[in-house]
Amino acid sequence: MSEGTIKKFMFVNRTAPYGTIYALESLEVVLITAAFDQDVSLVFMDDGVFQLKKGQQTKGIENKNFSPTYRALDGYDIEKLYVEEEALAARGLTEDDLLVDVTVMSRAELGKLMDEMDVVLSY
Amino acid sequence: MLHIVNKSPLQRTTLESCLRVAAPGGAILLIEDAVYAATKGNEAEGKLRDALSRFKVYALVPDLEARGMGDRVMDGVSTVDYGGFVDLVAEHKNCQSWL
Amino acid sequence: MKIAVTINEGPYQHQASDTAYLFCKAALEKGHEIRRVFFYNDGVNNASSLTEPPLDDRNIVARWSKLAEEHKLDLVVCVAAALRRGIRDENLAPGFRISGLGQLVEAGIEADRLVTFGD
Repeated sequence: MSEGTIKKFMFVNRTAPYGTIYALESLEVVLITAAFDQDVSLVFMDDGVFQLKKGQQTKGIENKNFSPTYRALDGYDIEKLYVEEEALAARGLTEDDLLVDVTVMSRAELGKLMDEMDVVLSY
Repeated sequence: MLHIVNKSPLQRTTLESCLRVAAPGGAILLIEDAVYAATKGNEAEGKLRDALSRFKVYALVPDLEARGMGDRVMDGVSTVDYGGFVDLVAEHKNCQSWL
Repeated sequence: MKIAVTINEGPYQHQASDTAYLFCKAALEKGHEIRRVFFYNDGVNNASSLTEPPLDDRNIVARWSKLAEEHKLDLVVCVAAALRRGIRDENLAPGFRISGLGQLVEAGIEADRLVTFGD
């Protein structure tokens, strides 16, 4: 029915992992959206940047460590990962702390990009 | 673009994030606990007031009234009902809920 | 206009489901089409037929069922999120159906607007 239509989907991730389920369930929507051959962008801002922190060890909280999935996004042709520059700095993080390659953007650039989207989902 | 915010600015930084990132010229709709942001005399009032030059700001009347704040809306903020909410969604090309 | 809605929080705990319901009702009154309502995260709890609020409170689940019946709405509950939280066909309220996350993506593709209600 919707075959052939390609829309620009943006996922705005603003929550840290594990404290709530949003990061994990957002990732599940991202993967399905890619399976529909849509144009997918991921934005990490506010505490959402913590989702990409290297070295997550979840054994002690008996939760699944889903951070390796971010590294697998490449295989789903999801390559547009954007991180808000100011959010990183505010959390004492740099690009080197992240487990995937991202494009670091200023808040103004992010806002402009958001405006160009067809569907914006936030978790 | 329509930005929808539902958190009180006195407890959460969601509205701040929205105001920081949203491209000028967009609209901001305050619903649920975010309607407190649109009220006179709240500590965060200045932030929204500054934003009025860059965005059109709306607050959902039933949420204001439910919270006893219907008579305290700051100047420059427009009020809408659920029908107005629908119109805002329809008028803008896209929308983002800042959860 | 075709509008799709997604709800990410359960009933009563958060206002999201109430706001979404009143939004859908207003949209229908204005002649818009609600393409689909998709329940995700704890939002799947809006579909539990075991919900029993006090008599003087609104019945959020029954209200969705009624709106679906009146307007032939497509109320879809995410299967993975539902199974995690104990929502299955056995306790699914009338008017809801359980299906995959693809239904959310499809709604996003087919509708003119997708509006999220959550925490």
